[in-house]
Amino acid sequence: MNTYAIWSIYRYEMARFFRTILQSFISPVISTSLYFVVFGTAIGSRIQEVEGVSYGAFIVPGLIMLSVIMQSISNASFAIYFPKFIGTIYEVLSAPVNFIEVVIGYVGAAATKSLFIGLVILGTASLFVDLSIAHPLAMLAFLVLTCVSFALMGFIIGIWAKNFEQLQLVPMLIVTPLVFLGGSFYSISMLPPVWQTITLFNPVVYLISGFRWAFFEQSDVSVALSLLAITGFTALCVGIIWLIFRTGWRLRD
Amino acid sequence: MAPILQVKNLKKTYEGGFEALKGVNLDIEEGEILALLGPNGAGKTTLISTLCGITIPTSGQATVGGYDVQHDYRAARGMIGLVPQDISLEPFEKVKNTVGLTRGLFGKRRDDALMERLLKQLSLWDKRDSKVNELSGGMKRRVLIAKALIHEPRVLFLDEPTAGVDVELRKDMWEVVADLKKQGVTIILTTHYIEEAEAIADRVAVISHGEILLIEDKDKLMSRMGRKQLKIELREPVSEVPDALKGYDLELADDGAALVYTYDTHADRTGITRLLADLSAAGIVMRDLSTRQDSLEQIFVSLVKEDAA
Ligand SMILES: Nc1ncnc2c1ncn2[C@@H]1O[C@H](COP(=O)(O)OP(=O)(O)OP(=O)(O)O)[C@@H](O)[C@H]1O
Ligand SMILES: [Mg+2]
Repeated sequence: MNTYAIWSIYRYEMARFFRTILQSFISPVISTSLYFVVFGTAIGSRIQEVEGVSYGAFIVPGLIMLSVIMQSISNASFAIYFPKFIGTIYEVLSAPVNFIEVVIGYVGAAATKSLFIGLVILGTASLFVDLSIAHPLAMLAFLVLTCVSFALMGFIIGIWAKNFEQLQLVPMLIVTPLVFLGGSFYSISMLPPVWQTITLFNPVVYLISGFRWAFFEQSDVSVALSLLAITGFTALCVGIIWLIFRTGWRLRD
Repeated sequence: MAPILQVKNLKKTYEGGFEALKGVNLDIEEGEILALLGPNGAGKTTLISTLCGITIPTSGQATVGGYDVQHDYRAARGMIGLVPQDISLEPFEKVKNTVGLTRGLFGKRRDDALMERLLKQLSLWDKRDSKVNELSGGMKRRVLIAKALIHEPRVLFLDEPTAGVDVELRKDMWEVVADLKKQGVTIILTTHYIEEAEAIADRVAVISHGEILLIEDKDKLMSRMGRKQLKIELREPVSEVPDALKGYDLELADDGAALVYTYDTHADRTGITRLLADLSAAGIVMRDLSTRQDSLEQIFVSLVKEDAA
């Protein structure tokens, strides 16, 4: 294992993050506050409680997931797309590193950044609502797994994308709807039965459900299923990346 | 000793079907400097990229230090330093960080002393904390060289390192190259400046349309260039070199309408005066005289032209 290489990529990527740390910190704080003003105050005044949890608190896990998923994808896809775009990718391709080392470096850094943002949102949210976390460790585990798996997905998108439009396409057209329809701001049980069934095909549902369970001990689907879904998704992404590096697809001519 | 770099029948066909390398064979000895010359699009960069792992060969084999560049890529790439043709550097990164990154990628512990020595040698030490986008083009090129050298490679590829670089810097670069050669580093460089190849290479290879046309010792080439030819056009054609002139290195040309005398410009006596005297003594009337000298450039141009024909 070329640990120096992993560490170098990781540190290099994190340096980019620290250069704009203030920005990275302020924007989730502001957007979270806005969500609370709009959802918590405007809608929350009509919906008092969802399954015994105040609406303001109820949306916190979904809110965190929403940002973390989007951040993980955009961080990781940009991290690998950018060197491809400016040509510095030659360095990684000609270095004595294997795909695992490259992935740990890039995806690890992207996941760290979104984990940081997730925690900032959690902190900001706790200023607005009373939050008690039933299973803090499970909460953290779900959060980390989500960061990692979606960073992996972003990494794939970054390799696949041939231009900036494509880089935005998948997050915009697929991920955003899935996340919004994944029960971020409502409980699945609030939907008509047909939609409840359809929703079960949305992988994000399992994430948010499991994550919400870690907070409030109540979930739309079983926790084991949530864990299985996210582990399966992670494994799938790793498999795809392995294949990409094996064949050199969109990386090596 | 086995060559440090061995290329066997290496072929590369790009996705669109273009055959950029048509079975390249090349052996490079440890410690030598090889100049790879060839017109635009000859396949120089493709060859280098294939050896470095940036491009996947279609068929054939290549080893660096005995390690296959595909199967033993870790060991092979670990020995290689690459200065790419295009300047690609992350614009917002500091010089020392981007140079340091490369060393890390090659699995080596950070070495501040080496960094300082290298940056000083390349006149970049004052710029170590500058961002890449604050540097001039020539400085960026030097950053690329620093990156290629920071992990102490045994084999160095320089893909047109002096393109768009001023005379001063070029001299600096050749100093660096000479220094590396002293340390036993093997260097393969591509260039369009033939004087450059003349000045520093041990061997010269010419590539065109994906094929190596010539690979030869530079000194041998130079001695070929040191020779000059005197062409003597005759009023009356002859069928063979006249007996009286058999002692000279003469050849018939233009179906006997001319004699070609080859001589060494470096010799004390070229023998021209005596030859001309003997010519008229033999009763041969000259119509015209001309001289010709091959330069590496001419050899190169005629090779490539032949190949294109
Ligand atoms: N990625 C690619 N896809 C398709 N064709 C390519 C690709 N890269 C290079 N080629 C083609 O392969 C041929 C060799 O290109 P290469 O870059 O190796 O030439 P070169 O000898 O380095 O030329 P130059 O002196 O201009 O740098 C060219 O005809 C080029 O168009
Ligand atoms: Mg080239």
